[in-house]
Amino acid sequence: MAVVEFQQVTKRYTLCDPLRGGIKNFLFRFPQIIRKLRQNKFTALDGVSFSLERGQALAVIGPNGAGKSTMLCLLAGVLLPTEGKVHVGGNVCPLLELGAGFHPDLTGRENISLNGVLLGLTRKQVRQRLGDIIEFSELGDFIDQPVRTYSAGMLGRLGFSVAAHLDMDVLLVDEVLSVGDASFQAKCMDRMHKFMHGGVTTVFVSHDMPAVRALCPDALWLEKGRVRMLGPSGQVVSAYLQSQAESHA
Amino acid sequence: MSSLEYKVDLVYELTSKELKARYKNSLLGYLWSLLNPLALSLVFYVGLGVILQAKVPPGENYPYFLMLICGLFPWQWLANSVNAGANVYIGNANLIRKVAFPRELLPLATVLNDLLHFVACLPVIVLFLLLAGMRPSVQWIWGVPALMAAEFLIAYGLALAVGSLNLFFRDLANLVSLLLQMLFYLTPIVYALDWIKQPLLRKLIFINPVTPLFACWHDLLLKGRFDGGYFGLSILYGLIALVLGLAVHHRLKGKFAEMT
Repeated sequence: MAVVEFQQVTKRYTLCDPLRGGIKNFLFRFPQIIRKLRQNKFTALDGVSFSLERGQALAVIGPNGAGKSTMLCLLAGVLLPTEGKVHVGGNVCPLLELGAGFHPDLTGRENISLNGVLLGLTRKQVRQRLGDIIEFSELGDFIDQPVRTYSAGMLGRLGFSVAAHLDMDVLLVDEVLSVGDASFQAKCMDRMHKFMHGGVTTVFVSHDMPAVRALCPDALWLEKGRVRMLGPSGQVVSAYLQSQAESHA
Repeated sequence: MSSLEYKVDLVYELTSKELKARYKNSLLGYLWSLLNPLALSLVFYVGLGVILQAKVPPGENYPYFLMLICGLFPWQWLANSVNAGANVYIGNANLIRKVAFPRELLPLATVLNDLLHFVACLPVIVLFLLLAGMRPSVQWIWGVPALMAAEFLIAYGLALAVGSLNLFFRDLANLVSLLLQMLFYLTPIVYALDWIKQPLLRKLIFINPVTPLFACWHDLLLKGRFDGGYFGLSILYGLIALVLGLAVHHRLKGKFAEMT
């Protein structure tokens, strides 16, 4: 039984809502705008299928605009597919990028409770884990300072520390580890390995190819919304790097 | 993840976030929740009471200023909730785009936040009533919570609907604040229901879903009288607003993340 499954998933967005061009535009160009509304679709994902077993880790790579983030949003249950089926079993934890979901005026400690509950813990569970989370973040006395005073690296630390203490079945990671310093990155990698051994299914979106190779046995190469290649990460990454080099040359 | 305990915790966290964040960087803090309606009362007192010489009809023994206070505080709660509700999903776009938490809890936290500010203002309202020589009424003890329940239903229903729709038509937030200003004058707040002499208008004003509620607030606080009929009508309008709000929200929530 697959924990994560995409069946022929297609996601289309309607492009640039003409209603936002102002009322004058809308009234005077009514027919064109209706026609535009109908045709102006962008296909972000086009018939994507794959499935992941419990504890499996998949890296998703590809150039900008390939549909990687759309895929994560579909996995997180934030977006609904236009066609096809998305199945995700269990609790999903999207690792929030750079403190999205933090309130700048609240302290680190207050943001931990807010974020922990948003990501599926009860307040009691957050209270029990608060000490561990603060210790893991290594933020020291800054934990009682407003988050707006934090550097990017500190925000990343706080965000990952919360995520590292959640009860989840599926972890979604979107290019967040790049902000921490080397020692914290190593700590995060270590923690993610632990998750995978503990049966957490992971989807890892990154442009950091060494990290992809180190962390995920399998990789999926997306290009223009389609699966270009799916297989062992070593092979997929080499093919991807080669095509990047060729298109550059 | 969607157990009741979890939802209660989420509402608690979201509400306390708003409570902490609202006055975090201001010197007077919670006092602003008092100062706004008080200043507004003063403005209307000078404008309508002193200059236009609006008078409480003979037989009613309360000063006009008191009536303004009893209407403007509940109005501040309603107007703030609906105005803030219009922007609640846009303002939390970073959450909407990342986490699939129950979305209907965001406007709930907004309305609860304003409700708590209203509760914090209640002692001041009572203080003004006592200073003016009104006798406290036992009806207040259960009448105030009952009216708050009715107002909560209306505010939450409207905030849900307006907040959801505003993602799709961004002009709505502006329109809403304009409509609220119009609604303010079509609601018995700076005048009493009984002051409307035209029989037709007296009937038509009940199309406004908050008319019976504010008539209730005036009756309860100024005369110690709880009008069951108007209260029932308020609850009915509240339930309609809630059902409508939930329906609109349910219809649109699947597309929230794309529109933020």
